Amino acid sequence: MKSWNELGYEIQRVISNTVIAPGSYILKFKKNQPFTAGQVLALGVSKDIEPRLYSIASAESDELISILYSERTDGKLTPMLSLLKPGDNIMVSQPFGTFTQVKPSPVFIAAGTGIAPFISMLQSGKARNATLIHGAPYPEYFYFSEYLMNTLGEHYIRCCSRCAPGCLFVGRVTHFIKQWDSLDINKPYYLCGSTEMVVETRDLLISRGVPVNSINAEIYF
Amino acid sequence: MVPIYGKTIDELKSIVNAEGLPSFTATQLAEWLYRHNAETFDEMTNLSKKARGMLAAKYVVGLTKPERVSESADGTKKYLFPIANNRFIEAAYIPDSDRATLCVSSQSGCKMGCLFCMTAKQGFQGNLSAGEILNQLRSIPEYQQVTNIVYMGMGEPLDNLDNVLKSLEILTSKWGMGWSAKRITVSTIGLIPALRQFFEKSNCHLAISLHSPFDQERRMLMPIQNVYPISEVVAELRKYKFSDHHRLSFEYIMFDGLNDTPRHVKELARLLNGLTCRINLIRFHPIPNSPLRTSPDDRIVQFRDALTAKGIYTTIRASRGQDIQAACGLLSTKALQEKRIQ
Repeated sequence: MKSWNELGYEIQRVISNTVIAPGSYILKFKKNQPFTAGQVLALGVSKDIEPRLYSIASAESDELISILYSERTDGKLTPMLSLLKPGDNIMVSQPFGTFTQVKPSPVFIAAGTGIAPFISMLQSGKARNATLIHGAPYPEYFYFSEYLMNTLGEHYIRCCSRCAPGCLFVGRVTHFIKQWDSLDINKPYYLCGSTEMVVETRDLLISRGVPVNSINAEIYF
Repeated sequence: MVPIYGKTIDELKSIVNAEGLPSFTATQLAEWLYRHNAETFDEMTNLSKKARGMLAAKYVVGLTKPERVSESADGTKKYLFPIANNRFIEAAYIPDSDRATLCVSSQSGCKMGCLFCMTAKQGFQGNLSAGEILNQLRSIPEYQQVTNIVYMGMGEPLDNLDNVLKSLEILTSKWGMGWSAKRITVSTIGLIPALRQFFEKSNCHLAISLHSPFDQERRMLMPIQNVYPISEVVAELRKYKFSDHHRLSFEYIMFDGLNDTPRHVKELARLLNGLTCRINLIRFHPIPNSPLRTSPDDRIVQFRDALTAKGIYTTIRASRGQDIQAACGLLSTKALQEKRIQ
């Protein structure tokens, strides 16, 4: 991803930009064209700052697009995004990408804001009998947890790396996968997160017998 | 102290202007850095003593010698360079009969997560500056023998486009090293917006990592397929003109039973139909815990012949430096970085 000169975009008005956890936000703006759950779009605030890709975190039928993002204090774009207020302008590309083909009974594995495409798929009714394994450092970073508990029940597994022992699994997603008794090698696996998380999780799944062609990954580029 | 090696002529002009030095000092600096191989400001004898002193107060030339070299039985050498923040990168020097190729890294680690690549397993640590990219050429003992440079080491070059373009500008400019763009190849997995910018600003050869013409298979091998599918990358490439002077090639690692069948030949021919290009077939060099295996040699030859029969110029790349982990897809400094951080 480089400059906006190589991307088509439109100017949108921010509808809301809500803090949902310390340093984490949901940005909403009007949906001007349809998208498929799992797709990304490029977002920016000015031509001087490199646009970044974000997975859409809302249902296909919603009238608004939701983007889940974390502010990176060393970043250029997210500190600017965090300052946006309703009515401010943002630059938005068309939705694109093909991380959209979900087979039945999927196992979604995400870290942090990597949960976004899976939320979109679940809310769009495209992921029947899904299991979701989500990793975060603290309880407040389990975004959409109320919805997920209601929707997935025991198939919603939270891996909290810095929590005290309690009702959540204490440790990273990869620690959970290593000792997961119910891992089913016949299910399709979908991963979303940083390169390190995706590569390590993919290697673990392969080592536990999941066929490599049953693993599909989206990495934050 | 700020390193000055790897600054473009415009950046050098900004530096000398900020110091209140005459503008022509920038050209003199470029000549010393990129033509006369100066390693200190003291060597730049046509700069005034005052100018040398002013520059030395804030800047260093900034060359870094390799910390280690490994030599393969086939003559390939792998150089290990330290960079900032306890990080390391590797470059491979590959001598051949009448040429010597240097494979340089553009990032420390890589974000792309390709299934077959050792660099992916160390994650992403950061972009290299133009100076750190060029230092891999300038600071090896074989500097003067290098005839070709390929950006095929650690990292995705188009994910660090600004610094890669700066390094290419310095390599190919008259005020810089004066290399022909025909001696340089940049390899990418196909980040489409960055490709457009690359074509605007560079005439260097381009290599695209293809590895499967089928969506599902390429997605399994290369997560980038979910964002920039190869069909869209090829559609983008069709907008540009390629020739022997501005070559387009496709890298194709051969995986046993996965992407080496007649079905793949047929689909490759369909995908690349009408493009002036070539395909380089590469043996897969196994990495730990990988489910992938390399195709047998006779199948690689059959695959090449089948593609050739379809009218696609196809070569088989010789594996070099496998015994020192310098071959394609094997570069990694993960263990070293972890050790250094401990």
